[in-house]
Amino acid sequence: MTLECRNVVWRADGRPIVDGVSLSIPKRGVIGLVGPNGSGKSSLLRVLAGLRPAHGGAVLLDGQLLSRMRRRQVARSLAFVAQHADTGTELSAHEVVMLGRTPHRSAWAAWSKTDDDAISSALRQVKMEHKAAQAWSTLSGGERQRVQIARALAQKPELLLLDEPTNHLDIRHQIDLLHLLRNLECGTIVALHDLDHAAAFCDRIAVITDGRLIAEGTPETVITPDMIARVFGVEATVHPPSGQRRPRVSFCL
Amino acid sequence: MRAMTQSSLAIQPQGVGLFLVASSIALLLAAWAAMTIGDVEASSGDVVRILANRLFGAAYTIDPISDGVVWHYRLSRAVVAACAGGGLALCGVVLQALLRNPLAEPYLLGISAGASTGAVLVIILGFSIGGLGLSGGAFLGAASAFGFVAILARGAGSGVDRVILAGIAGAQLFNAATSFIVTTSADAEQTRGVMFWLLGSLGGVRWPDTWVAVPVLALGLAYCLSKARALDAFAFGDEAAASLGIEVSSLRTGLFAVTALLTAAVVSIVGAVGFVGLVVPHATRFLVGPRHERLIPASVLAGAVFLIVADILSRTMISGQVLPIGVVTAMVGAPAFAIILWRTRRRV
Repeated sequence: MTLECRNVVWRADGRPIVDGVSLSIPKRGVIGLVGPNGSGKSSLLRVLAGLRPAHGGAVLLDGQLLSRMRRRQVARSLAFVAQHADTGTELSAHEVVMLGRTPHRSAWAAWSKTDDDAISSALRQVKMEHKAAQAWSTLSGGERQRVQIARALAQKPELLLLDEPTNHLDIRHQIDLLHLLRNLECGTIVALHDLDHAAAFCDRIAVITDGRLIAEGTPETVITPDMIARVFGVEATVHPPSGQRRPRVSFCL
Repeated sequence: MRAMTQSSLAIQPQGVGLFLVASSIALLLAAWAAMTIGDVEASSGDVVRILANRLFGAAYTIDPISDGVVWHYRLSRAVVAACAGGGLALCGVVLQALLRNPLAEPYLLGISAGASTGAVLVIILGFSIGGLGLSGGAFLGAASAFGFVAILARGAGSGVDRVILAGIAGAQLFNAATSFIVTTSADAEQTRGVMFWLLGSLGGVRWPDTWVAVPVLALGLAYCLSKARALDAFAFGDEAAASLGIEVSSLRTGLFAVTALLTAAVVSIVGAVGFVGLVVPHATRFLVGPRHERLIPASVLAGAVFLIVADILSRTMISGQVLPIGVVTAMVGAPAFAIILWRTRRRV
């Protein structure tokens, strides 16, 4: 499975937020999407997930136009985790994860063993089994984020799209989550703020600024003082820690 | 661990089954009570004989007055009350889920306001469109108000808050039209009639009304049940629903249209009965949890029982006088709801 966008444009109020991005996302591995606030990362993810119609260009899933596919079909291949999810409905964590089975169940089909297995394995992967019965409203921000990821995993997607999933997490859970993403069977595209995390955990990194893709490649080639100065306007030095290959950023404060 | 795979918040699934069985029995008991209670004496034995005569062609001798009252008035009235209560509760459940708003109810989209305007035009100005009379006028009014709100909501852009605001605009406009007609054209007697109609009444219900009420409820219920899982997916909003594979805009259009039709049909038969569509869904949600494949049937049953009981009370609470059913639903329903609210309070 590959997800591909060609010259995609998405506008808000006539202003281009995503401005001609072409990107191909392979079936395996983690792609990091980095860029400043308001650079269009979230919008690009939503266009890629088919949640917003591209105003120009095309998004293709296995060569098929995403906009022509049935939502149900798309949801079996692509799962999306928003930055912030909330509900006033009194659901348990388990029931939230159950929602992930929606695209796999017809209106009258009974709950199956496959559904049960998908849910337990998703809860296990995010280490939330012990809180499955707890009410959503009583979960902490980090726990909610993990439950949402479990919901997405229960969809059994081929590609997972996450919008800054580490935002509400403490450092322990951030690192756990990034490890989790790296070990998934499906491919992942994830918007991240922390350049070190992106460098350490992503196979490839795409840099977005002002809605344009300005660099795409391995962490070593993309995370450079030059790029950081150009995109974030911050002076930094980049060097891998001793004995490692992946770059580490230190900002000149 | 086993137990944890089920929700701990609501009644367990077997409990939900029990709730459905219990409320089905309650529905039969309520219908039974509706047939036996009233000014004209009819014992349970009489009711059995009347039903046997009417349904299975038995030939028991029975007082023709009891027969007429039980069969023509009370039973048809109970059937319509059940359909109206169930229908309004169903619409409430669906709209609360779609709009993610606990205050959403069947009249939110301007339907009762439009129905009132239509009914008032018929009552006061004597408009009669193709001999449709009061129900026809109310239905056309409801349909035009919903059309107005739908066009406005579409024009105002997407987003549930926009739909709600469009509904408010439509309701205010049609309510103003109703008030305008009443204050400029009605005499005291007509005003009283209008008031009574607005608060709802099952007094005029006869068998022909069931030929509208039953199929409309059955079709609406079947459609909404087939969308129960899709409604669950709206818990985290439209975008989350879309990412779970729901065709959000076509589903929303379909469900709005079905609930509007159902509400318009109910309102055109029994008037704008309040409270049921807003509160029964909440009360049922407290008891069976938020998942729609349980919540929908449970709410429909609860709404049906509730409105039959409210109707019995409306014609027996004050002897020799019939109260508007909307008054009873709120008078009985509000304390009952308060108790449920209290008993199921969050303990966190």
